[in-house]
Amino acid sequence: MKSTVNMTHFQLHDFVGGIHPPENKQQSLNSPIADAGIPTQLILPLSQHIGAPSECLVNPGDRVLKGQLIAEAKGFVSANLHAPSSGVISAIEDRQLPHPSGMTGTCIVIDTDGKDEWIPHSGISDFLCAEPQVLIEAIQQAGIAGLGGAGFPTHVKASAKAEQIQTLIINAAECEPYITADDILMQERADEIIQGIEILQRILQPECVLIGVEDNKPKAIAALEAALADSKDDTHKIHVITIPTKYPSGGEKQLIQILTGQEVPAGGIPADIGIVCQNVGTAQAIYRAVAEGEPLIRRITTVTGNASTEPRNFDALLGTPVSHLLNKANTNMAQLSRLVMGGPMMGFSLNDTAIPVVKATNCIIAATSQELPDPAMEQACIRCGMCTQACPAQLLPQQLYWFSKSSNLEQATAHNIADCIECGACAYVCPSNIPLVQYYRHTKGEIKLADADKAKSDRAKERFEARLARQEREAAEKEAKRKARAEAAAKKQAEKKAAATAPATESAIQAADKGADLEALQKKLAAAKLGVEKSKEKLAAAEAEGSDKVEIFRSAVEKAQQKMKDAAKAIAEAKKAEKAAATTATDKGDPNSPERLKNKWDLAQGRLEAAQTRLAEAESSGSEKVDALKLAVENQTTRVSEAKAAYEAALAKPTVNAENQASQPAAASVIDIDALEKKVLAAQTRVDKASERLTMAQEQGLDTISALETGLQKQQQKLDEAKAALSQAKAQTEQTGHEVKA
Amino acid sequence: MIEIIIAVAVLSILAVLFGGVLGFASVRFKVEGNPVVDQIDALLPQTQCGQCSYPGCRPYAQAIAENEEKINKCPPGGEGTIQAIADLLGVDPEPLDAEHGEEKDSKMVAVIREEECIGCTKCIQACPVDAILGAAKQMHTVIADECTGCDLCLDPCPVDCIDMVPVDHGLAGWHWDLPTNIIATDKSHPQHHADDEEKAA
Repeated sequence: MKSTVNMTHFQLHDFVGGIHPPENKQQSLNSPIADAGIPTQLILPLSQHIGAPSECLVNPGDRVLKGQLIAEAKGFVSANLHAPSSGVISAIEDRQLPHPSGMTGTCIVIDTDGKDEWIPHSGISDFLCAEPQVLIEAIQQAGIAGLGGAGFPTHVKASAKAEQIQTLIINAAECEPYITADDILMQERADEIIQGIEILQRILQPECVLIGVEDNKPKAIAALEAALADSKDDTHKIHVITIPTKYPSGGEKQLIQILTGQEVPAGGIPADIGIVCQNVGTAQAIYRAVAEGEPLIRRITTVTGNASTEPRNFDALLGTPVSHLLNKANTNMAQLSRLVMGGPMMGFSLNDTAIPVVKATNCIIAATSQELPDPAMEQACIRCGMCTQACPAQLLPQQLYWFSKSSNLEQATAHNIADCIECGACAYVCPSNIPLVQYYRHTKGEIKLADADKAKSDRAKERFEARLARQEREAAEKEAKRKARAEAAAKKQAEKKAAATAPATESAIQAADKGADLEALQKKLAAAKLGVEKSKEKLAAAEAEGSDKVEIFRSAVEKAQQKMKDAAKAIAEAKKAEKAAATTATDKGDPNSPERLKNKWDLAQGRLEAAQTRLAEAESSGSEKVDALKLAVENQTTRVSEAKAAYEAALAKPTVNAENQASQPAAASVIDIDALEKKVLAAQTRVDKASERLTMAQEQGLDTISALETGLQKQQQKLDEAKAALSQAKAQTEQTGHEVKA
Repeated sequence: MIEIIIAVAVLSILAVLFGGVLGFASVRFKVEGNPVVDQIDALLPQTQCGQCSYPGCRPYAQAIAENEEKINKCPPGGEGTIQAIADLLGVDPEPLDAEHGEEKDSKMVAVIREEECIGCTKCIQACPVDAILGAAKQMHTVIADECTGCDLCLDPCPVDCIDMVPVDHGLAGWHWDLPTNIIATDKSHPQHHADDEEKAA
């Protein structure tokens, strides 16, 4: 869209608010960049960038060469760290960090040997034709983090999708007072900057590149223009844009607003609106890394302030202690009242001069007490509203102040405290000297903490509820198991009872088995019959003789008849039992019936499961029985499979069943024969009785002889019929028996 | 007379109409559960420590909402939680009930001295948020990120190998303090007067 942009016609925008503090830049611009030299000791914190601290790769006592990787990026949002000079690792220990907290953190300490011996390194010669991925890789390897002050790993920003990016903005505004590091870099190394920008262009493929420079740096602008004119780039996509001097125009969001008129959405990043913003120093570092293969081991740092008699910019190795730079700048330590790292607006005080220069250190201010006096006493807010007018982020600083003071985090969040860039403009204009930014920083920290606490307590709640649910489920499972066990026990009990009642049938079976018993009974019956006939004959003889013993014989006959009846009854009962046994035998008699096999299988399965649970328990409690139990489980498993196989085999052979069923009609015919035999017996008795009465009548010469004769004949007929039926039934039984055998 | 009848009829109809609307609304927009319980529960720190004598944060929230239990029985939440619940329920905040414990200055996390752990799993069973890992006769360890610092694992440990240590987030956990308020007349000797103030306090 802006490829046709002409610098003279470029439409600048403005951001609301902003301030014009005294610049104090000239002091350090009088001399060119000086090499800070190699200090005797370099202190390199593992966390010099935003993101995860890098991971140390060296050990105390190791000798490292200049440019050697000594700590590796841990994760994507992290950066590599290289040895800035050759020497020996003397310690890896906690040292005070260049951080407003004044906290300590892990640092790699290198005792330099002064040889400054490079590790072999080489750049990409035709970097403008290289693949973007190769270039990003080179940037990542070099451990470059934003040199503007925030220290965000550059390769992360460079990995934005190229098709998404329309504009690349190079931040050369350098709006904060005192700092001149970028200014002097542009003046002296503009060509490297332009080539670095060309590399970024190659990676991000933007439609245009805008270098935003404040109009208080005419020399830098001229140098950039000259370098652009000299450069091979003939696409005319790179434009140096002069913007009015106003603090904080160098803020990323403010610079974007000035150059494009677009606002980065709250909580978003510039890439959301198709913009990537890089610091001018970062562009130069990218050139050094890609073209020369030099990792990020040095940077330009301004040393200024009235306490230093020779304020200037130094090309300092990372890890150089601040004291070394202060010495180089000839600082009067007696006059030094406040040592600030960064600018006077956003920097922080250092309480120790041993603190090292890191990737983001753009300025050291050695201020006298007149220059940067102790903060004035805070007065009550008079609600003048000047802070609101100064706020470049269009927030309501006064409201945020009240909310911060009363710890009203909710309202502070609702009033977008997260969008505060902590530029300090509000505090600068405050007539009551309220350190507003510190309030906001505190509140931001509190909100972050509260959010983390909330997230943690939510997670704790979730875990607690999950645990309760799990316990409930386990209890339910236990209860279900207990019930199942109780049911199984009840079933077993019932089976036992059934077994206890079974003896009756079993005795029947025994009776049936003792077929000899039945035969004995039949013999008895025959004997009883014989006895009856004999006693009848004796009775008849006694009657005929008119003996006194008639009565005695009669009772003997009756007794004999009773015996015979008993015998018949016993036979009948025995046969019944036999029959019952026969019927039960069809169900229970066959041990190979599928039902039984199924039961066996189930039983084995249950045992196997029990054995397995016991084994698991033993294993969890580390018992010594584990091996034995394992063996038992294996045995049980084989038994289960055998039982299963047997069951399946039984199912496959229904003939076994059929045989059982075929034996049933045979049993039925047996019953028929029994009944017929009984009939025959009964008929026989009746015939006997009738003939007896007939003989008695004939002997006594009674009139009833003829009637008795016809009765006897009828009885005889019935007996014959019964006998015929019996023989027929027997024949049939034999036949079916043969069939079954066949 | 007719006017009175009309008035009565109109009012009756309106009464039936509104009754119907209200009845429908009470069915249609019925709120499941007691929303106050959820609100109180959200304010509690969810350490599930049981120091309030309830088995977890939610039961305590329920007791506050339904049985008018006192709101000052949560030591992990401390004054902040008491104030928040007081604001929510519109009651007067009370000082923390010392009977249930004291508010700690910093968050704590349990740490097992692993070489002393005998692997009895008792702490695992006691942990309300399943933040302890381990198995029988194996060394246990605490997942520090999930530990709520509730102390419940301390008592069951037969060898007392669990320590409660303050959580240290290092640089990432640091944030700026509030500016110290000193009055204008202290300007000449801020440090001196700050000391005096501390003494006075």
